[in-house]
Amino acid sequence: MPLDVYLNVAAAGVLTGLVYGLMALGLSVIFGVIRVVNFAHGEMMSIAMYLAVVLFAGLHLDPLVMLVPIAAVMFAFGYALQAGLINPFVTRPEHSQFLLVVAIALIIVNVLLIIFGPDARSVQTSYAYDSFALGPVIVDASKAYAAAAAIVFTVALFAFFRFTLVGKAIRACADNYTGALVVGLNVRRLYALTFGIGAACVGAAGAMMTLIVDVTPLIGPSYTLLAFVIVITGGLGSMPGALIGGILIGVTEAMAGLLFTPSAKSMFAFAILVVVLLFRPQGILGRRLT
Amino acid sequence: MTVLLSLQGVSKRFRGLVAVDHVSFDVPEGTIFGVIGPNGAGKTTLFNMIAGAMAPNDGTIVFAGEPINGLTPDAVCRRGIARTFQLVRPFPALSVEDNVVVGALLHRHDVSAARQHARELLRRLDLFDKRRQTASTLTLPDRKRLEVARALATRPRLLLLDEVMAGLRPTETDRMVAILKELNRESGLTILLIEHVMRAVMALAATVVVLDHGTRIAQGSPETVVRDPAVVESYLGAEAV
Amino acid sequence: MLLMLLLAALLAAPWIVNDYLLTVLIVILYFAYTGQAWNIMMGFAGQLSLGHAIYVGLGAYVAAVLFTRFGIAPWLGFLAAIPVTAACGAVIGFLAFRFGVAGVYFAILTIAFAEFARIGFDHLDIVNASAGLFLPVAQYAHNDLWRLRGSPTMFYYVMLAAALAAFMLCRALLNSRMGYFWLAIREDEQAARAAGINTFRYKMYAVMISAAVTSFAGVFYAFFYNNLFPEQVFNISRSIEMILGPVIGGIGTLFGPVLGAFVLTGLAESVNSAMLALGFDLPGAKQVFYGICLLLVVVALPEGVWPWLARRIGVAEDKP
Repeated sequence: MPLDVYLNVAAAGVLTGLVYGLMALGLSVIFGVIRVVNFAHGEMMSIAMYLAVVLFAGLHLDPLVMLVPIAAVMFAFGYALQAGLINPFVTRPEHSQFLLVVAIALIIVNVLLIIFGPDARSVQTSYAYDSFALGPVIVDASKAYAAAAAIVFTVALFAFFRFTLVGKAIRACADNYTGALVVGLNVRRLYALTFGIGAACVGAAGAMMTLIVDVTPLIGPSYTLLAFVIVITGGLGSMPGALIGGILIGVTEAMAGLLFTPSAKSMFAFAILVVVLLFRPQGILGRRLT
Repeated sequence: MTVLLSLQGVSKRFRGLVAVDHVSFDVPEGTIFGVIGPNGAGKTTLFNMIAGAMAPNDGTIVFAGEPINGLTPDAVCRRGIARTFQLVRPFPALSVEDNVVVGALLHRHDVSAARQHARELLRRLDLFDKRRQTASTLTLPDRKRLEVARALATRPRLLLLDEVMAGLRPTETDRMVAILKELNRESGLTILLIEHVMRAVMALAATVVVLDHGTRIAQGSPETVVRDPAVVESYLGAEAV
Repeated sequence: MLLMLLLAALLAAPWIVNDYLLTVLIVILYFAYTGQAWNIMMGFAGQLSLGHAIYVGLGAYVAAVLFTRFGIAPWLGFLAAIPVTAACGAVIGFLAFRFGVAGVYFAILTIAFAEFARIGFDHLDIVNASAGLFLPVAQYAHNDLWRLRGSPTMFYYVMLAAALAAFMLCRALLNSRMGYFWLAIREDEQAARAAGINTFRYKMYAVMISAAVTSFAGVFYAFFYNNLFPEQVFNISRSIEMILGPVIGGIGTLFGPVLGAFVLTGLAESVNSAMLALGFDLPGAKQVFYGICLLLVVVALPEGVWPWLARRIGVAEDKP
């Protein structure tokens, strides 16, 4: 196959990977701070995707334009979920927390199934079939815009954690739960805030994702798993790691789809997961957890 | 008297911090041997190395004539060394009796025989009446006795006790001392104990080794060691009998 | 005793209930069976597996392929499935335990393997890939127990026998030396090692036995439903369905998986029937119901329904 096909596919992979990275970032933030393994992550993204689809169908508003409102709605959802349901579980054994979130995921997927049915929905924007050339490489316009939005959102998030008071408070909770309590931080509220932020990431990613793939209620679980592969590969608790992991997985998926059959591309993601879990469980950039 | 446990130049480093620095001593079979020293002296690290929870960087640990450094904790236990933990770790959801049965099953493959043996030990450690209670509901002194019972159930030749008196009131301490003395006298069980509670050390140990900053600074009978100026200096504020 | 009555009722069921209820009972017994098998790994040895569908799938495909291509009877197929699934469990267990993958990471690892199998089998020609493997559907007039072809009543008794056998097996295991070691490992693995238990070895046994026992469910599945699609058999929903019974009923208990299966499936089918009667046909409603049940149990009754019930009716189970 000629080189530019590889380049195009790889480029597409990078762009998609950036959106994956944003999705995984949400997971990383949640786990890094609250230490809860959010197994409903992909399911939350599918909620956002359906929101985008419905808004597009009803109001003809581009998902990228609706990005912020959708993220805001998901923020509220995440906040409520953590404050209402998950907060009491922070001190419970791991498998209890996990099963709680599994239950939530199960409910989300099937409620979506009841409301929207199993058929695929998509967002057909005016630029859906456009593409433009970046040097020797040809990229899809939708992917490019989605990736750009992902970058902007991510930068905003980094800035939030670096420079705002709340962001620093959250990082303090992550570093030292008891210490944060002792200093008078309202940890429960900060946890809810964090989950909300993680949900907002996933909401934004979901809005962007509608430009790239179709949505069915059943894609939630696959994205949850994908988010885990990315976060574990990149490093649990490391924000840059999530992005790097996202790009890595995006490219691997794309290349695997090209070199083998498209439907087998997730197998590579899983193979990577297994290898990382075995040999470098802290991931590329993560810190070792006891 | 034969030497049951021999530490030869044992060291442990944690990335630049030397926790145990070329410590050597011999524990004769059938004795009660104490290890004391201020906090951070390296006592528990030493225990962990003997018990197989971590491997020494240097030196050898010889038990009953065979080197045991590098063996896994379960292998060490099978060789005949049982240990208790500084922060007690009973099996919380299991009953007191079942806790000890687990230990007894190591060498007794038949469950009912193991249960018999467990009951004997529980009687010995004044826990027989509480045998059906769930371990998590026990008070601290009872949990400590339970750990000792479980450790004894594995039929050890050497028992490692890590601060087993901590948190016990004087009457409970005396009871534990009496039980340990009895075990040592009747079955010749060798006991190596880390202790801060001097009352117990004085009453139990025939020989005491003092560690400070990972090195041995004194060794001898409890009375001599306690008066050793180097020991007093390292211990500012020790509880004296 | 209560148990005897229940047993008698179950034995007499095909004469009492209609076809639909019989099928429901078969599903209940199926989940009671798989729940017991899963419980060996989780309830006894403390290892959370969320990819157990892989063992069902492997058992199903091994038996089905041997039957459709070589005419080998399902019972022999089961004998062949045992080493296959045990080996699969051993691989997963070895990788996890040697490399210290535990807790939630272990659960994720099991999910990854199940997904790997799902996608892999979707491309495997020997099992007809995603097009599905079909068993020849036989006439129901004639019950062939050896080849597992026959009426729902025959399948009912097979599953009942299997569920009883699983129960007895778990009881024997719990009271054995290995059972005690498993409980110790579940409670505190480090303390267990200090008591001389080779925790790696016993965890491996738990995984392999759990896998092998689960494989029979796969064989049954293949011969009862007569069709196998990787997408369905290895799906993560199957894995989650399997754990609902024991989690709701009570992880680590003997009656938990049984009670959980009865309560869950019984309630679900009732809700479903009620909704159909009211004119609602909502695919996915049952799963929402499962999710809510799971949520409620995890939040309110973390030990499961059985321990709570046992305390209420004054029956204490021997081993926690």
